[in-house]
Amino acid sequence: MSSDIYKDIILDYYRNPRNFGDLPEPDVRAKDSNPLCGDVIEMQLKINDGKINDIRFKGKGCAISQASASMLTEAVKGKTLDEVKAMGKPDVLALLGIDPGPTRIKCALLGLKVLKVGVYGYLGQAITEEVKQLV
Amino acid sequence: MVAKVTTINVSKLREDFPILNRQVNGKPLIYFDNAATSQKPKSVIETTDRYYREYNANIHRGIHKLAEEATLAHEEAREKIAKFINARHTEEIIFARNATEAMNLVAFTWGKANVGKGDKIVLTIMEHHSDIVPWQLLAQEKGARVEYVKVDEEGSLRQDEIHELIDETTKLVCVTQASNVLGTINPVKEIGKVAHRYGAMFLVDAAQSVPHMRVDVRDIDCDFFAFSGHKMLGPTGIGVLHGKREHLQKMPPFLGGGEMIREVHTTGASWKDLPYKYEAGTPNIVGAIGLGAAVDYLNKIGMENVLEHEREITNYAIRRMAEVNGITIYGPKGVAKRVGVLSFNLGDIHAHDLASILDEEGIAIRSGHHCAQPLMEFLNVPAMSRASFYIYNTKEEVDAFINALEKARKLFAR
Repeated sequence: MSSDIYKDIILDYYRNPRNFGDLPEPDVRAKDSNPLCGDVIEMQLKINDGKINDIRFKGKGCAISQASASMLTEAVKGKTLDEVKAMGKPDVLALLGIDPGPTRIKCALLGLKVLKVGVYGYLGQAITEEVKQLV
Repeated sequence: MVAKVTTINVSKLREDFPILNRQVNGKPLIYFDNAATSQKPKSVIETTDRYYREYNANIHRGIHKLAEEATLAHEEAREKIAKFINARHTEEIIFARNATEAMNLVAFTWGKANVGKGDKIVLTIMEHHSDIVPWQLLAQEKGARVEYVKVDEEGSLRQDEIHELIDETTKLVCVTQASNVLGTINPVKEIGKVAHRYGAMFLVDAAQSVPHMRVDVRDIDCDFFAFSGHKMLGPTGIGVLHGKREHLQKMPPFLGGGEMIREVHTTGASWKDLPYKYEAGTPNIVGAIGLGAAVDYLNKIGMENVLEHEREITNYAIRRMAEVNGITIYGPKGVAKRVGVLSFNLGDIHAHDLASILDEEGIAIRSGHHCAQPLMEFLNVPAMSRASFYIYNTKEEVDAFINALEKARKLFAR
């Protein structure tokens, strides 16, 4: 049985989330929710030399939101903060391998929003309009 | 068990709804989101189309043929609606944008003039946000209190709390006649009696009841009664507030402007009689006329038949859904106490995932908090899926829905 949106890989990340849980003494902790569906994501980051040294996420919600957050943690480990700041919707869609469509895209982008809010906060910079409009 | 023969010929009736011929994701559309909005029959679509093609004009003021025809059609619609809910007087029918605006009208007019510090407003935990937020805003402004009647495990209002919460300090009791989440039909007539015993006003949110069952505002003896046109085969942007004439005459106006005034001078203005006092500006003329056509259509079928058909479908759906592993259905167990609204969850599948999977099968359901966050909080459920039925839905559609639920279950079970 197959589903266009729910590819095996998304369900796998939903069922067995990578980098799920807490970091000891994280440098960054950011959390946000999508009030429309109750999705919640928290990101915890360890930062060293302007790079993401380690990352964990916690949350609850739909498969799209949780799987994309988990995939994102894997993708950004080792990346510089500038690289993370440059990430956007196309990067998340590439990780998911599908476009979940206009009604579900906000689920997919919640993790990225939380991550970017955390990075901007760490750098003491104001959150850009682009970040605010992700979800 | 012998299946009850419904008097609705559904396959013939479905021909009246052009949208039901649509394909979604290569599958025939199965529309189970009727509690959000209903589909529209050809008679409603053609009636609104004919207004624009043949007699589009502003109403009440023009001294020409088109204005006369448009005014007549608009006021005929008001009469049809008055009869449909058994209002005592046609001028008790106030047109609004929707049930939400109708309820805000009561809060902004009667509420501002009559609710004061320390007064109590009694709502129920199953109210839609549109019954809650206007009263929270008013209570904040006036220093009044808002309290909520809770529900029992079956999703029925707790009788003990109704009697406990409604007291001498209560100025208003607002109750939904049928819950948009649990499907529960509330005993509004009885609750109204309790409210009136303490001198409180009684407002009924009828957005989910008027489309599905016969309602009688005189029998309920409510002071105010609000519903939307778009959930009952009518166009969007038109709704109704019914109020007892003696209240509506005394209350201050809602919005100021044209249509609602008798005279305007630089020093002030006086108001028109009912119902126009509450209908400032050019109204949604085509919406009212379209709603009149929707009422005609429902009358032709008969509201008893509408309810009977929906109960048959709901009963069947409950029975079939019970076969699906891991399903939880919320609300009253028996169909006698509910309308055709079935909220549910399937295992630990998030409601939005379920809705997406069903959408791939051409099935439209609703998912989320259903504009009833206090109820979701009370039940401690973050989100639910909801299937809601109407006159054109069939058991075959329920079967396809069950197959899609099974598909979702298997997909997420791996």
